This record gives sequence, structure tokens and C-alpha cells, in this order.
Amino acid sequence: MPTALTAGAIHNRLEIAPALTRRLLVEFIRNETRKFGFQRLVLALSGGIDSALSAYLGAEAVGPENVFAVMMPYRTSSPASLAHAQLVVDDLQLPHTVVEITPMVEPLFARFPDMSAGRKGNVMARARMIVIFDQSLAQGALVLGTSNKTEVLLGYTTWFGDSAASLQPIGDLYKTQVRALSRAVGVPQPILDKQPSADLWPGQTDETELGIAYDEVDQVLYLLVDERMDADRIVHLGFDAALVTRVRTLVKNMQYKRMMPVTAKVGSRTPGVDFRYPRDWGR
Amino acid sequence: MSDESTDQPREAPERPDPAPSPAAYTIGLAQINPTLGDVDRNLAKHHEFIERAVFEKVDLLVFPEASLTGYYLQDLTDDVAMRVDAPPLRRLAEVAAQQDLDICVGFIEEDDRYIHYISQVYFSGGRPVHIHRKVYLPTYGMFDDMRFVGQGRKIRAFDTRFGRLGMLICEDFWHISSPYLLWQDGAETLLLVSAGPGRGVKPGDDYLDTTFDLGLTHRMFAEFFTTYVVHCNRVGYEDGIAFAGYSGVIGPDGAELARGPHFEETLITARIDPEAIRWKRRSLPLLRDEKPDLVLRELERIVAARDR
Repeated sequence: MPTALTAGAIHNRLEIAPALTRRLLVEFIRNETRKFGFQRLVLALSGGIDSALSAYLGAEAVGPENVFAVMMPYRTSSPASLAHAQLVVDDLQLPHTVVEITPMVEPLFARFPDMSAGRKGNVMARARMIVIFDQSLAQGALVLGTSNKTEVLLGYTTWFGDSAASLQPIGDLYKTQVRALSRAVGVPQPILDKQPSADLWPGQTDETELGIAYDEVDQVLYLLVDERMDADRIVHLGFDAALVTRVRTLVKNMQYKRMMPVTAKVGSRTPGVDFRYPRDWGR
Repeated sequence: MSDESTDQPREAPERPDPAPSPAAYTIGLAQINPTLGDVDRNLAKHHEFIERAVFEKVDLLVFPEASLTGYYLQDLTDDVAMRVDAPPLRRLAEVAAQQDLDICVGFIEEDDRYIHYISQVYFSGGRPVHIHRKVYLPTYGMFDDMRFVGQGRKIRAFDTRFGRLGMLICEDFWHISSPYLLWQDGAETLLLVSAGPGRGVKPGDDYLDTTFDLGLTHRMFAEFFTTYVVHCNRVGYEDGIAFAGYSGVIGPDGAELARGPHFEETLITARIDPEAIRWKRRSLPLLRDEKPDLVLRELERIVAARDR
């Protein structure tokens, strides 16, 4: 286990100035939405802390009347999830709708009766993606993402599922930082207090599934990624060697989820290789 | 016998007046948010800010790095490059000159050999008085300058109706040798322009970590060189990267004379009085005591040893 001094020192490096961070992210949302001619956003509101925080930031950026929240429970989703999402909707006065995905996915589950829980989880995540992108067209809005840096780095996302969005306001915040900012912007207490969970099957929690505590993994990720520290130096600081190895392996193996699919280069100029234009091209 | 007594003090002999300092002037910093790759739109914004500056009685208006083009251009660099005598630039210079305003504009310059540079041009009276081509091109981490443009090869002060000035672009002033050279070359005001991304949100302050670092270095330049330091940084976002703004003017004693906000497009003004430099150098004659010949000698020795 890391020594108390070490843990404290690194934990301090993860601390954020909430007001400044909030301003930076709110301006980001406003700028990267409006420059494309959009005034509205749609958001998959799960009842979890990430989508709650995105909702608060989005509402501040473009006005709550312009953030359309979509709640998408499945038959076995925890009732608390929907209740918590409703807390956010009520607090911010967001226009919203509930689209139950059960009738979308059950026919596919029936077609493949041996489908594992993992497969079903991915199907549900992608079904939600279908709904939210359809709503973005219906509403004339951009999809506001809810991914955080910890899950993006560890690959704890469904590729083209929950990771699909037009903009990711909290994509560079570790889970620890998401918690801190959520407290500061006024995310309701029940959401702050509960165990993070993808809620893809009953009793699922992130930390049980990953086998690691967010506080600890965030520190390892911060040192590996932000500080570019060598693994053995991190272990020398007092972190568990097996944990560091596992985190490094996950980050490496999940790189594909963060990129365009690999494309065979045949010609002299190839998107994703040497056809380099910004997303904000001309904006 | 003379009436003069040897006890009477003699009148002090006539001294010639020291050369008068250039007059005080008002500098304006156009902390703008350029549109990435849309020169026409950015030209319109430049014209708008010229009008604002004239209204605020600005004498010299400074724009940020790449103000006409945006910064993270990548392959757009070729599309937005222009010669310094290109009609839109000439028109900008002429409009400013009609209002007796000098301007300092950022663009992607194409030279006679079709090589592109990140350049800053100083226009006065409708003509380019000086061009600085960015020398230090950051190509690490989040930066990729060297992939798209050529390196400048000069760091030189230049004369203007506001005295002798120097211009540096972003990474240029992260090499202390750059403002040092301008200082030794006679620059009394350093115009530092940037498209500086802001990052780092450690608790304790109301500004980004990178901004804090920059504030320190600019104040250091002002104090070490006993010059004015002017920093014009842009705002806005490109592909999720925030530009920090926080433009400012620091006096030769290190005092902050003007400061702009993060994240907002605005015009910042300050009064620059070269007399303040004269006054500061009375008590802190660092320029007088600097030994550029020693620096040159030692550098020659060090560089020769390095190449051995």
C-alpha cells in the first residue's frame, strides 16, 4: 500500500479548482456547440454522477431549456437510477423523456438465448446510443457525452456505445475529479453518495467489476499518463505492482477504442494518417 | 578689483538636454477569438477591433499569434498562407493608417520560395515596418508547429514612431535568449504575442496553471530588462483546446499595468511611457552593467566545445 505521505502528495495533484474548471468546461461546451450552428444538446441521463455532472455543465452552457435529457431504463435497471435522473431533471428543469430500451433489445436477446451478461450489456449500451443519436436529429441538437478520463483510459466503455458523442466535456477529468466538481456544481447528494455502476445487470458496480478502487487507480493513471512516470518508479512510490501492471496493460490494450479504426494505407494521403484537418475546420 | 568673490558659487555651465524619450502612447491588445481557417471572417474581426481601438484612442494595436488564421491549422496551413503584400493585408494596413493607428498582426506568411512561416507583421503608415517569423516551433506534446511551417532565422529589434520595439511569438519567449537579444538590440518594449493554450486547474488560484507560469516569466523579463512587456494572447477553443487569454501589460518595474480575463474576447488598453524606463534605470542599471561581449565569448567557447 502506498505510504500515507505518498498517497496524500499524489492525491493532492489530482485536486482541482472547481470554479475555474467549471468555467473552462462550460465555455468549452458553449464554444464547441455554437460554432457548428447548434443551440441545443441531448444527453443520456443515467442517474449516475458522470451524466449528472455533464447535465449541470451543459445547462449552464446553453441554458437548461436547451438540454434535452433522455432516460433509457431497461427492465432490470435499478429503480434508483431513474429516480436519481429525475432529481437532476427537477433541479435543473430540463426538458426530458423516458425511452425504455427493453422492447428494442429483448428481440435480439431472444434470437440469441445463450447471450452472456457482457454481450447483453454491450447491446444495451449501443441501443441507448441509437436512441440518443436519433433524438439529436429529432431535436436539432448535438450529443453531449458523459465519458470520464478514468473509464476512457481503462477502456471501461462500450465502443460506439456510451463512448459515442459529439463532445466530451468531462473526458479529461478523472473520476476523483468528477466527484469533486459534481459536489461543487450542486449534483444531488444521493448521486454523490452512491457506488458508481454501469447498471447493466443487478448489483453491478464499477469497482467490483474492475477489481480496483477509483481513488487508487486514478493516482496510478495520473502518474502513468499525466506525469509520464515509469511503472517501476510508480511501484517504488508504494503502489501495488500487480495493480500498476494491470492498469498499464488495460491502457495499452484499449488504445483502439480511442482511435479511428485502423485503415490499410494504399494511397498517398489517408484519413487518420496524413490527411490532417481539425474537427473545428473552418469554425 | 573684481566684484566677484571666490566664495560665490559659480553658475552651473549649460548642459545639453539629454535626448527626449519618445512620447507616451496608448497600446491596445486585441484579445480575440479567431475562426480556425477562415481568413475572411478573421479579417472582418480585425477591422472591427481597429474601429474599437480608434474609439479608445489607441495608438498601437496588437493582435495575437496567427490572429488572421487560427492556430491548429494542420493541413489548412497551405490554404490560409498569404504574402505580406497580399491585398487583404494591405487593406488592413491602409485602414489602420488612415486612423493613424499602427497595428501588429499574426498570419501565415508565404515567402518568395513558397515557404510558410508563423509570422507577425508590424504595419505603420500602411507599410510593413518589420516582420518577425517564429523561430522556435514547438513540436512536442500538444504542439506540432514544425510539421507545417519553416523556422524563422532572426531575432531583431526595430524602430517605430513609439521607439525601438521587439516582437516574439509564443514559444520564442520560452527561450530566455530571445528577449535577451531584443533587449541588447535596443528594444524598450517587448511585444509578446501568442496563441497560448491554457491548462492545469490546481486549486488555490483563479487562473490556469500555465497562466500563472507565464505571469511569472513576463514579470521577470520586465524586471531583468527594465523594459515594458506586452503580452497579447488569444481566447476561444480549437478541437477542445482552450486558449487562455489573460493578456497584459507589465511596466519596467514589474508592476502590472493592465490585465485581461480568461475566456473572453476583449480589448485591453494601457498607457506606455518610456519616461518610466529612464526613471527605473536610474536605480537599476542592469543594462549598463550587462556584458554582451563576455556572453559572446563564453558562448563561442561553449558552442565550439559542444561540436568537438
